[in-house]
Amino acid sequence: MLHIVACIKQVPDTKIIKMNPKTNTMDRASAPAILNPYDAHAVEEAVRLKKKYGGTVSVLTMGPPPAVKAIKKCIEIGADEGYMISDRAFAGADTLATSYALTKAIEKISQIKPVDLIICGKMTIDGDTGQVGPGIARRLDMPPLTSVNKVKEINVEEGYAIVHRKLEDGYEVIQSTMPCLMSVEKEINDVPYSSMTNMLKAARYQPVIWAVADLEDVERTQLGLKGSPTIVSKVWAPKKPSGGEMLEGDAAQQTEQLLNLLLEKKELFVAKGGSGVEL
Amino acid sequence: MSFEDYSGIWVFIEVKDGEVVPVSLELLGAGKELADKRGTELAGVLIGENVTHLADTLFEYGADTVYVYDDTIFKNYRTESYMKALLECCQEYKPEVILYGATSTGKDLASAVATDLPTGLTADSTILDIEEDTGLLLASRPAFGGNIMATILCKKYRPQMATVRPKVMKALTPEPGRTGRLIEETASIKEEDIRTKVLEIVQFTTQKVRIDEADIVVAGGKGLGSEKGFQVVHDLAETLGGAVGASRDVVEAGWVEHHHQVGQTGLTVTPKIYFAIGISGAIQHIVGMQNSGLIIAINNDPEAPIFQSSHYGIVGDAFEIVPLLIQQFKQAFNQEVVDHV
Repeated sequence: MLHIVACIKQVPDTKIIKMNPKTNTMDRASAPAILNPYDAHAVEEAVRLKKKYGGTVSVLTMGPPPAVKAIKKCIEIGADEGYMISDRAFAGADTLATSYALTKAIEKISQIKPVDLIICGKMTIDGDTGQVGPGIARRLDMPPLTSVNKVKEINVEEGYAIVHRKLEDGYEVIQSTMPCLMSVEKEINDVPYSSMTNMLKAARYQPVIWAVADLEDVERTQLGLKGSPTIVSKVWAPKKPSGGEMLEGDAAQQTEQLLNLLLEKKELFVAKGGSGVEL
Repeated sequence: MSFEDYSGIWVFIEVKDGEVVPVSLELLGAGKELADKRGTELAGVLIGENVTHLADTLFEYGADTVYVYDDTIFKNYRTESYMKALLECCQEYKPEVILYGATSTGKDLASAVATDLPTGLTADSTILDIEEDTGLLLASRPAFGGNIMATILCKKYRPQMATVRPKVMKALTPEPGRTGRLIEETASIKEEDIRTKVLEIVQFTTQKVRIDEADIVVAGGKGLGSEKGFQVVHDLAETLGGAVGASRDVVEAGWVEHHHQVGQTGLTVTPKIYFAIGISGAIQHIVGMQNSGLIIAINNDPEAPIFQSSHYGIVGDAFEIVPLLIQQFKQAFNQEVVDHV
């Protein structure tokens, strides 16, 4: 029986977030807080593996109290248990301090039930780093398997996993001992609509919430802002491009102007010879 | 930790199919500027099997020193083996800065090394600078989906580390015959210590032109309405001999695969010509294509932000404009070529 822990995060939807042009800060109220999209795929993969091989899926998040909502979303997807670590001491954590805090929580979860596999999303859409997953793996001395876009096989008895790891121009097939940590690409699965049963379960679900004091062997100096080697020194809005020239006229006139632009660079086409160009 | 013990700018050299990947050469270019500013040396860390001869290339591209770990154990990239080698190299020689390409391999390795050292790591940097007197690395990156730029510092730990987006920095013009110091190292890791095995590597062959290497990229967005509508993008790309790009929405809708995605969560491209067809121009797309040579936007919405980021814009119906352009292009080019014969 597998015990899978999926690490998740509640994030502002950066696709629609608005900037305050005066202060160069994000107007968080302009964007709803959502389950990090990559993490939805991580939870879905955990649930699929559970269905295939049997076991339990626990989700873990670090965040402020409202992040319970993200855990409920994971219960909707099919997770069994939710754990949240929430404490002011965690605030301001960079990726190193975040992986430390989550590791301490996973150690505590492991005491309840040993963990065979940890699944994270490839990255969060607010941090965009992808560094927390591998960080947790190193701290727990598990092999980190990043950019996973397929779990081909899990062998619970012999304790290994075979996955596809996405590369720039293909993928590699990796066999790893278990326990291990995977961070997954979105393409690994489609997250279907939740069942009514899960939605009802999620509505009344309350996760286990731990503060720092509930965790064991915690070095407080490694938490939050204090435990973060990186700091943000300056934030600015990328300069707005001023825009170029609009090509006016009817469609034929517009494309003719466009064609003239392309002809100025005709060496690109003659040298390469696109299949439409007969040389 | 005494900062005086740490010196030199390092670049992790990534090797693929027996060659140094372009981003590593770009980082030698960026690293050279930092090293010159600090009055220190630029080094490459080269890990792989049968890679020692590649050091010559690295010297030509600006490296003063190359540390080599050449062993069959490094045949394929694996986190545990590469990490051990790099960690040992760090402990021995104590660099001030280590740069990695923000590739699958570079990001994976950097994350692991940062945790074990431990030190700070800035992801996906696009601007690098260094304080001359203190050696503090100023690594800037797009954050929150590209909505803001942020400069990240690591004041209390050395080495300072950053992954850097491919195609952002410029490689130096190679100086043939330039040489440097080659230091051959042996890592202590043994095969039995490594818990992963690479069983197989599968390379896509269907991809005609890699989008991040193409001179011409024709990209389409959700404005094309459907997978069928997106066909105009394929048609124009084929006519021009370019690669097909796409916005995040299009990839999420499944019209094309993820390796076509341009932007913050996709690839950064810098082709000589970039077409944005039916792409509204969300900031997270713009960050992936804004350094292209010539940007041409076609969109039926005159207010689309993409026009702000393009050199030339056409407000119109892509299904009318693009087929017409294809037709005119074919005519013109057959004509042009005949003229030159």
